[in-house]
Amino acid sequence: MSRPDAPEAVIRVRGLRTQFGDHVVHEGLDLDVRRGEVLGIVGGSGTGKSVLLRSIVGLQRPAAGSIEVFGVDVLSGDAAARARLDERWGVLFQDGALFSSLTVRENVEVPLRAVEGLAPEIRRQLADLKIALVGLPYTAGDKYPSELSGGMRKRAGLARALALDPDIVFLDEPTAGLDPIGAADFDQLILKLRQALGLTVFLVTHDLDTLHAICDRIAVLAERKVLVTGGLRDMLAVDHPWVQDYFHGPRARAAFEAPGADAATEKG
Amino acid sequence: MADKDIRIERRDTPAETSLTLGEELTVHQVTRVRARFASLAADGPLVVDLGALRRLDTAGAWALSELRRRIEAAGGSVRLENAAPDVEMLLDAVAAATPQPEPKPAAPRGLAVRLETIGRAVTRGALFGVGLTGYLGLFLVRLGQVLRHPGRFRLTALVAHCEDVGFRAVPIVAVMAFLIGVVLAFQGAAQLRQFGAEVFVVDLIAISILRELGILLTAIIVAGRTASSFTAAIGSMKMREEIDAMRTLGLDPAAVLFVPRILALILMLPILGLIANLAGLFGGALMSWIELGISPSMFRTRLIEGTDVSHVFVGLVKAPVFAVIIGVVGCHAGMRVQSNAESLGRMTSSAVVTAIFAVILADALFSVFFAEVGL
Repeated sequence: MSRPDAPEAVIRVRGLRTQFGDHVVHEGLDLDVRRGEVLGIVGGSGTGKSVLLRSIVGLQRPAAGSIEVFGVDVLSGDAAARARLDERWGVLFQDGALFSSLTVRENVEVPLRAVEGLAPEIRRQLADLKIALVGLPYTAGDKYPSELSGGMRKRAGLARALALDPDIVFLDEPTAGLDPIGAADFDQLILKLRQALGLTVFLVTHDLDTLHAICDRIAVLAERKVLVTGGLRDMLAVDHPWVQDYFHGPRARAAFEAPGADAATEKG
Repeated sequence: MADKDIRIERRDTPAETSLTLGEELTVHQVTRVRARFASLAADGPLVVDLGALRRLDTAGAWALSELRRRIEAAGGSVRLENAAPDVEMLLDAVAAATPQPEPKPAAPRGLAVRLETIGRAVTRGALFGVGLTGYLGLFLVRLGQVLRHPGRFRLTALVAHCEDVGFRAVPIVAVMAFLIGVVLAFQGAAQLRQFGAEVFVVDLIAISILRELGILLTAIIVAGRTASSFTAAIGSMKMREEIDAMRTLGLDPAAVLFVPRILALILMLPILGLIANLAGLFGGALMSWIELGISPSMFRTRLIEGTDVSHVFVGLVKAPVFAVIIGVVGCHAGMRVQSNAESLGRMTSSAVVTAIFAVILADALFSVFFAEVGL
């Protein structure tokens, strides 16, 4: 819960190089994620946004470079250190990636089962609490993922990612495939949870409204590295064709100039 | 783990009970902390000092808010002191979100419920049978359409399925039948030798393999191999909405998926049965030679003289029927897969069990029929 005033990097990526065969995705990529911030990762298709996320959480082994999370080297291969890290982060995959043979409540209980000495009755109630925290009705706990809509599946996936109160959550395109109202609700949910639980959020997104509404900083992936990081205002001044197109395109203008968008930012 | 990491100090004054929490209250301590909370009496004002608390997670906040709710419901009061702002925020968020469990309606018991369960199971079974025959009808209709418009038929798919269900099954079928022949010769020899009737082992092997075992065991192996692969292939297409996509593109899943598969089985199963017959006879002849000294030429003579060719006919005529059963069961189960991974597994195993059971049932019916006809 304690949050030091000086922004401290909880994720530190240095000189990352990822390649698939001859295809180099990242080359000399550096990135810092500070404690307590919402960092939005944007970039064109195929610039390796999701690959970067997968590399940080250890699902993808990079060819070179170092990744530190809370000062722990993710790539060291130390199983005990990895297990401790797994408790401190949660990942929401694109479509929730819920276990289809378990109910939503059982899905949320899966990470809680790893906690020693947690009574099953309390585990169940904590799962119900997490389900309520992400804004799902109580009855959703008994349903199977296939019985939920896309937006509810994402919320359920978020509940599972938050089960152990992680310090960092990784969200892979959380608003993709949601209708605008559902997407705006999800943005507000992330803001609310960030505030209540003191989360650091690593957010891969294409959604300009999300960027505008909840991101403290934005990192642009282009030319195999993090081209630029900064606030939304900084992005508008960047002289790079892709960044120019992205932040000055008609969709961007609509998102940033909409009167409702500013209100949402202030509310959060 | 000892209670060293939870520290709850309790001081009782006449006016109030006060409680000082330790540094951590997280999911790791919550079970024990909650047990301590439960022992607190619900009357009188309670003061909880959170000044020392450094780390609180939602589990801890939940325990605190539950304690507060319980005591306030009993008429007491709870005051939290020295809470850091972020702790306060978390407590508020958790208290606001705490779900109110809705009591489940009590499950009715008694004879009526049992009867209903049985009735539902029977209906389900009957509907399953109706569904199977429906798929059989669908297959026959589509097959008829293909025969009328041969130009629309997908020959490439048929050949590919023939290779998969027929050619690739040859080794396992041949080895299985060979071993069955060996076993029959061995067991038959031991029994027939007591009567000095060793030479009848040839009739034993020939009739049992040609009439029953060759084709039945082939069908069982093919049911295990092919019904499951039909279900898995069609089921995973169903899961990924490929079947729906086909329908919107004007392709009929029955014509595109079922007809080539089942037709391939109908063409291949008799051939596999024939291979099984040959391998079984070969195994039986080999073992008779080794065990009983019946030379291959004597085996052949006895086989031609003593065994009517009708046994081969009786065996192989069953093959297309078994093929249709296996194919229809596999395709039907595939189409019943829902959108989760578990139902794919359940349907695949159900397809194998149903196919094997149906094949054995059909074989029994054939036996009765041939006995009545006198073949």
